[in-house]
Amino acid sequence: MNRTWWSEARLILIAIPIVLWTVIPIYHLLVLSISDKEAMLAGQLWPDKPTLQNFEIVFGQKHYYLRDFWRQFANSAFVALATGVITLTIATFAAFSISRLKAPGGRMIMNLALATYLIPAAFLAIPMYKTMGNYGLLNTQASLILAMVALASPYAIWVLKQASDKLPVELDEAARIDGASTMQLFRLVYVPLMAPSLVAIGIYALLLAWNEYLYAFLLLSSEKDVPLAVALGLFLGADDSPWTVLMATGFIYALPPAAIYYTFRKYMVSGLTAGAVKS
Amino acid sequence: MSISATLPETDVVEGSPAKPWNSNGWVWAVALLVPYVLIFAGFVAYPVMYGLYLGSSLKSYQELFADPAFATAVWNTVLFLGLAVNLKFLLALGLSGFFAQDRWWVRILLVLFILPWAVPSIPTILSFRFMLGTEYGMINTQLFKWFQIDGPDWLNKPSLGFASACMVHIWKSLPFWTLILLTGRLAIAKDLYEAASVDGASRMQQFRHITWPSIATLYLTSTILSTIWTLGDFNSVYLLTGGGPGDKTHVLATLGIRYLRIDKLDLGIAAIITAMPLVLPLVYFMVKRLSRGPEDT
Repeated sequence: MNRTWWSEARLILIAIPIVLWTVIPIYHLLVLSISDKEAMLAGQLWPDKPTLQNFEIVFGQKHYYLRDFWRQFANSAFVALATGVITLTIATFAAFSISRLKAPGGRMIMNLALATYLIPAAFLAIPMYKTMGNYGLLNTQASLILAMVALASPYAIWVLKQASDKLPVELDEAARIDGASTMQLFRLVYVPLMAPSLVAIGIYALLLAWNEYLYAFLLLSSEKDVPLAVALGLFLGADDSPWTVLMATGFIYALPPAAIYYTFRKYMVSGLTAGAVKS
Repeated sequence: MSISATLPETDVVEGSPAKPWNSNGWVWAVALLVPYVLIFAGFVAYPVMYGLYLGSSLKSYQELFADPAFATAVWNTVLFLGLAVNLKFLLALGLSGFFAQDRWWVRILLVLFILPWAVPSIPTILSFRFMLGTEYGMINTQLFKWFQIDGPDWLNKPSLGFASACMVHIWKSLPFWTLILLTGRLAIAKDLYEAASVDGASRMQQFRHITWPSIATLYLTSTILSTIWTLGDFNSVYLLTGGGPGDKTHVLATLGIRYLRIDKLDLGIAAIITAMPLVLPLVYFMVKRLSRGPEDT
């Protein structure tokens, strides 16, 4: 009895720093977003007069840095959705082809994709920037979407291939005996069975694109084209940055991915961490 | 010829099961791979080749090595990988043990603990940036309020600025790796621990003889993966310190982008290519590991 009491207390003692460590930066973001300028400069733990004024400024686009807020929000959403849909399509085709149809050269393509997945994206950014210039795609959202698809699909293919390798071969054989064509097999057997992994992968690509900063900042320059992530960085250019408004914008920007992540947490954790590293 | 004609049935069994269907399937197999191959060729292979071509001039390396910011960035990168990654993994190993405890409130805590990973990094890094501000930042203001001491100049001193970037990096990626190690721990059969505690094994002994042998490979693979990715962590440094003050907190990833911004693209490429002797062997090793089917592991 004594021992369990002691071990509970010890667990709680460990839990306190974990909570503080995790929460402080996010709490700080929230506090600033509801602070006025004075409270911000005073570094208060909780503002004397909490205010929603910063959010009003953001939603009403009432600040120089926010004059295109809604447009940038839409840009983020568009780039994320497009990346999600295109990555999912390409990766599902590729995984089906490699895993179920045993495409010639499939193994080599899988290895190339894996290598792409492993190479740090920031390292590919400079040559990618140059390449987009050569293609004449610089400063178009297409360049960002294509770059994100190129970065997201390797992992997508790998996870989907792992998942589809687990489906029994007998399913394909049964479908063939029933006279299903390849595409019928894909549509009627493969996609429905793979649905949970497909959801996880679609969301993975979508969040990757929504959260991306570096590529967006390199490939796009017009303030009307950039997604919110880049718009947030632009605030730093000011000498007297309006941090309270910046944090309110940051909070709004962080909300959709966090909500999506937590809604689909079950899929994400089992679908992605299981695939991420195999023991 | 005559042999294959007399043994048609074995032929079917030995090859792919459904022969007539197969020729059609082969066409589809190739067709469905085409989209990815095009993306790969256009936006991975071509940029990589082009980058290698741009980085093939010896002159840019001479210029790069002469830039004091480069030596600093290399050293910072070594610290980033050597210290930040290992510290992160020691923490993740410990925390995964904590989160493996079967309590309702620990499970709730885990949901909270994932937050840094679930939210985009830009707003939280910027939040850190303001929090660590010398004059108005919450940390220094509170330090002054409670202890009447002037807090340090967090982001304007190279050593502290870089340490802060390491901290931000750990804050952001710790949850992910803790989850991975937790998955590894939870896969260990419970009765091993039960048997061990019946035999009177201490917690330390249980860790050494049960937990560690089961997750050592996972720990190593994860550390290597994280090392490669940490090399590409641009945001934690760039958005926190911008590489400053005086270009003293750059890592290779941010230095490369800095060169690009000042129109010295070939130097940027060269800076990245200097990391390849480390990256390529690790990538090769990981591709070999990860491409093995589940049955081989």
